[in-house]
Amino acid sequence: MAQPETPETEPHSEHTGDDHGHDDHHEQSFVSKYILSTDHKMIAMQYMFTGMIMALIGGFMVYAFRTQLAYPGISVPGYGTVSAGEYNALVTNHGTIMIFWVAMPVLIAAFGNYLIPLMLGCDDMVFPRLNRLSYQIFLLSAIVLVVSFFVPGGGFGGAWTAYPPLSAKAEYSLTPLGSTLWLVAVALEFVAFLIGGINFVTTAMNSRAPGMKMFDMPIVIWMIVIASILFMASVGPLIAGAVMLFFDQNVGTAFFDPDRGGDPMLWQHLFWFFGHPEVYVVLLPACGITAEILTVFSRKKMFAYKTVINTALGTGILSFFVWAHHQFISGIDPRMANVFTITTVIISIPIAEMMFVYVATLYGGSITFSTPMLWALSFVVEFLLGGVTGLFLGASGADIYFHDTYFVLAHFHYTFVPIAILGTFAGITFWFPKMFGRMMSDKWGKIHFWGTVIPFNLIFIPLFMLGAAGQHRRIYSYENFPELAVPALQDLRILATNSLYVMLAFQVIFLINFFYSAFKGKKASKNPWDSNTLEWTAASPPPHGNFPGAMPNVYRGPYEYSHPDREDDFWPQDEPA
Amino acid sequence: MVEHYLTAASSYATDIDNLIWLVTIIVMPWFFLVQGILFYFLFKFKKKDGQKAQYITGEEAHQMRWVSVPHILVLLCDIVLIFGAIRVWVDIKQDMPTPDATVRIIAQQWAWTFVHPGPDNKIDTDDDIWTVDELHLENGQTYQYKLESRDVMHSFSVPVFRLKQDALPGRVISGWFKPIKEGNWSIQCAEMCGIGHGLMPARVIIESAAAHAAWISAHGPGKLAAATPAASAPAPQTAPAPQAP
Repeated sequence: MAQPETPETEPHSEHTGDDHGHDDHHEQSFVSKYILSTDHKMIAMQYMFTGMIMALIGGFMVYAFRTQLAYPGISVPGYGTVSAGEYNALVTNHGTIMIFWVAMPVLIAAFGNYLIPLMLGCDDMVFPRLNRLSYQIFLLSAIVLVVSFFVPGGGFGGAWTAYPPLSAKAEYSLTPLGSTLWLVAVALEFVAFLIGGINFVTTAMNSRAPGMKMFDMPIVIWMIVIASILFMASVGPLIAGAVMLFFDQNVGTAFFDPDRGGDPMLWQHLFWFFGHPEVYVVLLPACGITAEILTVFSRKKMFAYKTVINTALGTGILSFFVWAHHQFISGIDPRMANVFTITTVIISIPIAEMMFVYVATLYGGSITFSTPMLWALSFVVEFLLGGVTGLFLGASGADIYFHDTYFVLAHFHYTFVPIAILGTFAGITFWFPKMFGRMMSDKWGKIHFWGTVIPFNLIFIPLFMLGAAGQHRRIYSYENFPELAVPALQDLRILATNSLYVMLAFQVIFLINFFYSAFKGKKASKNPWDSNTLEWTAASPPPHGNFPGAMPNVYRGPYEYSHPDREDDFWPQDEPA
Repeated sequence: MVEHYLTAASSYATDIDNLIWLVTIIVMPWFFLVQGILFYFLFKFKKKDGQKAQYITGEEAHQMRWVSVPHILVLLCDIVLIFGAIRVWVDIKQDMPTPDATVRIIAQQWAWTFVHPGPDNKIDTDDDIWTVDELHLENGQTYQYKLESRDVMHSFSVPVFRLKQDALPGRVISGWFKPIKEGNWSIQCAEMCGIGHGLMPARVIIESAAAHAAWISAHGPGKLAAATPAASAPAPQTAPAPQAP
């Protein structure tokens, strides 16, 4: 990979894994440097590149099933005809991959691993070997998932929510092996992130540079830590649920089998008790990345720093009390829906407030529209639409109609695409100079930006309209539904699919820009964006141990831009007063 | 918005359409306001040579007001929205008006079975009329439905009614609807139920009292098998045999 060769020491070989001595001057083999490394930066790269490969797989899946929807029955170039069963497997695994194997590894694991030690001014994670184990389990989970597509019966097709009894019995799902492997992969992925989360939280609590108080931490670190806590606090019930489902599938237990005293509703509660906090698990890191970029490129102090942290904490806590809004019409006691309507609508307050603060930060700024800034701004602009459309669904009365339509689908893609695509590109383009010691092309970056954001809207606005027209989800062909098979609606499907082709094609530009710049780009200085936070005081790319010689001391918060007492418009955290 | 695409064929369809408008009127001004301010700032505070950005902490009281006042306004909007949502919800899902008739809806992989009351206007009697993928209703009558599933989860969705209710194996879920418009419209399964999920279309046929009475007498006791080929399909109403471990 593109980690440039540096003459620096690489003390983390097998036998010195946890030993941060800097006097161990032997060359590392390829395997110990790239495969078995315990260096947080290398593990971050492993997560990022694995996530990128999985994103290509998930992208290929959406290409195949969107083509089927726009041009029913066509032989999809590069895939073939999409049967009903394959369609289900494609949509199921597209969702699973994009959330668990793209958003999670890139936003939390890659940026968390890369940024936490660097931004806190320490040399590595607290538990480097645990960190390596986390990635290895994650990689195993990805392999298990990919294998599940090719077993007899094909991949699991019971939707990413895997509601039993469909997911529990092979005679219903017709994917005996696919269902089980899917479940094992998801459970392994959870284990990987539990281990990673322990590391993130412990490192942020214990390894901050001297002088750095909790409220001197950059917002992105706060967000990743809060996200890790949310994940760890919510995933336990679902892991228990996954074990029960595994037993139902393979041992003949009846946890979710109503004919023998089980209850399929139990799974839904376990799943969504995790599933809703999970939304914020991926949202918060993207909000954090955006905060870093907005301040740097508007040369502004973060407006009301503590309010941002409080809104994130408030959102996080509330997110544990909204899960049943996914189950309004699933047969829960209808009185319960009223409680969850209230909590769901109330959660709009902290998130709206966070967005207000972001906009307020731009006030009085000196704004430069660099590529990372465009991505960060687009996150705010697009996420707002995802946010407000959520209220149509949180309002239980309206959800009776919108539930399981494309309106839901368009809503959450207006949250997840800003999070996992726009937020990720913001982070990659912003920290690329630090990661690879070279600059990405700004011109090609902007072409890629517009080529992604415009088609994104042209994909999902038509899907809002289709949802309003009553188009229900996970249907491989609407030809059997006369009201939905009309040309006016088919044209919207074709528009969405063709826009998707454009969006996918522009990702080639990103990949070329990424790999070309990693090897041939203009050399980056230590601090190309004139940023305050500690990672920019390390070399680009940082050597093993991050800060050779003296470790940084911290004298102020992370967002002292354009301070009136200073000539420079930035004031690095480690510069003595 | 929805009424642009779909007629309102149940007594509460318009309530839901109005609720959707209420949400739109509450949230979209916020959306456009925030976007407007954001883009205004982007143009106004674009980098100019020699001009330094302002230093604003956002932590003083007069600055916090820019966030705390919208915060309270959002809360007020949320309260209106919650009341509107719950009012519609309680009416449709929680209250049960006295029904004129009851229909049983049975979902299975991958078909709908409808059990209509016969001339005695009661279900679970000998003169019940069983159909597959065709629900016959009399216009203006209030129906109670009893929804069940024989295998996996399904969801009974009638877009023109704005109604959706999941069918859960092991439970009988009750609800109601009152058709207000004659016609023939789509019923969907809205919950992933296996490879035939896209092959569960059914029709709801809303008839005048006379036409419905004629349909009942044409399909009444003794005429079951001959009348509609569909009606011969449903198996006896037994739960699927428990699976041996």
